[in-house]
Amino acid sequence: MSLYYVQKLLYNLNREPAMQRDFKADPMRVMADYDLTAEEKKALTDADIGLLYVFGVNGQLLMHFAALLGIAWDDYLEAMREGVRRHGPVRAGIYALVEE
Amino acid sequence: MALVFAGICSHAPGIVNRAERVEASRREALYDAYGRMGRAIRDKSPDVLVVIGAEHFGNFFMNNMPAFAMGMADYYEGPIEDEGWLKIKRRRVAGNRDLSERLIARVMDEVDVAYCEEWKLDHAIMVPLHFLTPDYRLPIVPANINCQGPPLTPLHRAYRFGEALRRAAEAVPERIAIIGTGGISHWPATPNSGKINEAWDRDFLARWAGGDKAAMLSYSDAATYRDAGQGGFEIRTFIAIAGVAAERKGEIWHYDAISPFAVGCTIGVMNLA
Ligand SMILES: [Fe+2]
Repeated sequence: MSLYYVQKLLYNLNREPAMQRDFKADPMRVMADYDLTAEEKKALTDADIGLLYVFGVNGQLLMHFAALLGIAWDDYLEAMREGVRRHGPVRAGIYALVEE
Repeated sequence: MALVFAGICSHAPGIVNRAERVEASRREALYDAYGRMGRAIRDKSPDVLVVIGAEHFGNFFMNNMPAFAMGMADYYEGPIEDEGWLKIKRRRVAGNRDLSERLIARVMDEVDVAYCEEWKLDHAIMVPLHFLTPDYRLPIVPANINCQGPPLTPLHRAYRFGEALRRAAEAVPERIAIIGTGGISHWPATPNSGKINEAWDRDFLARWAGGDKAAMLSYSDAATYRDAGQGGFEIRTFIAIAGVAAERKGEIWHYDAISPFAVGCTIGVMNLA
């Protein structure tokens, strides 16, 4: 679990068009520069928005990744809900701050 | 006194990029309130508009996260988000490096800030400018408070940042307008997007308009997260404006909990006279 590096990759990806082209062409090569687990790499290459949300990726990063992949706003929201149904509650990060 | 204006407004991207989801009358009432605030700013003939945002990983990330940052450049660029997504065209926005440097130097007497000679404006600044200064003629000084990556900037430090900005504004000959942009309760970009705790918002805004410093600083982050969501952490920018206004009172010109915009849409102005 390396939420920091998942988010760092998305932070860089969101702000660098050249990296977006590289990621589309060869995601494994781009991800090699980040300390990611196999599960994280798979979620990123599969565009698994729901699982990325469950990892704890901040929506301010995730919504732009979804937009980059051409996922419409309502589908983005639904993908996160589906992720929680499938994988359980958010595991880390700011959305796991308070457990009621 | 060179502080000529202090106010607050919302910055949620949905206000622009999901405009069609809200009936025209309700949307236009909000846009009119932004327009009124823009005119109030221009009526004071400011030389610069300081925009205190709560940016969202456009420039600042957890590898090097400042509690406070201020821009120090002759121009900035925004939005950093996809133009088609935000529905605001990318452009250069004028700054004033010399004035920034003098303001920052004075703020640093009281509060440690990171300065930035480069800044890609995100929706925290571009959405307000889109409505307040649509001709983009008024130079800006972007500023940021960490409302995103814990440990967050403490509320009392956000207030103190506002006090330091006021004294900095009063120390330069130029005329300075300052706004804080953010949300009150909201759950942006999460499965709860669209949820708004209107009672919590109205209570916070009453504290803000009343200049009630102690009441504004009394929230814990845990309680804010529970009642107002992660987006509620952005009250820091509104609290900074209360610090700018030095316990004077303000007026809420507009509040409407517009779910498709994912925030209680707010326009508020401090009475500096
Ligand atoms: Fe925000």
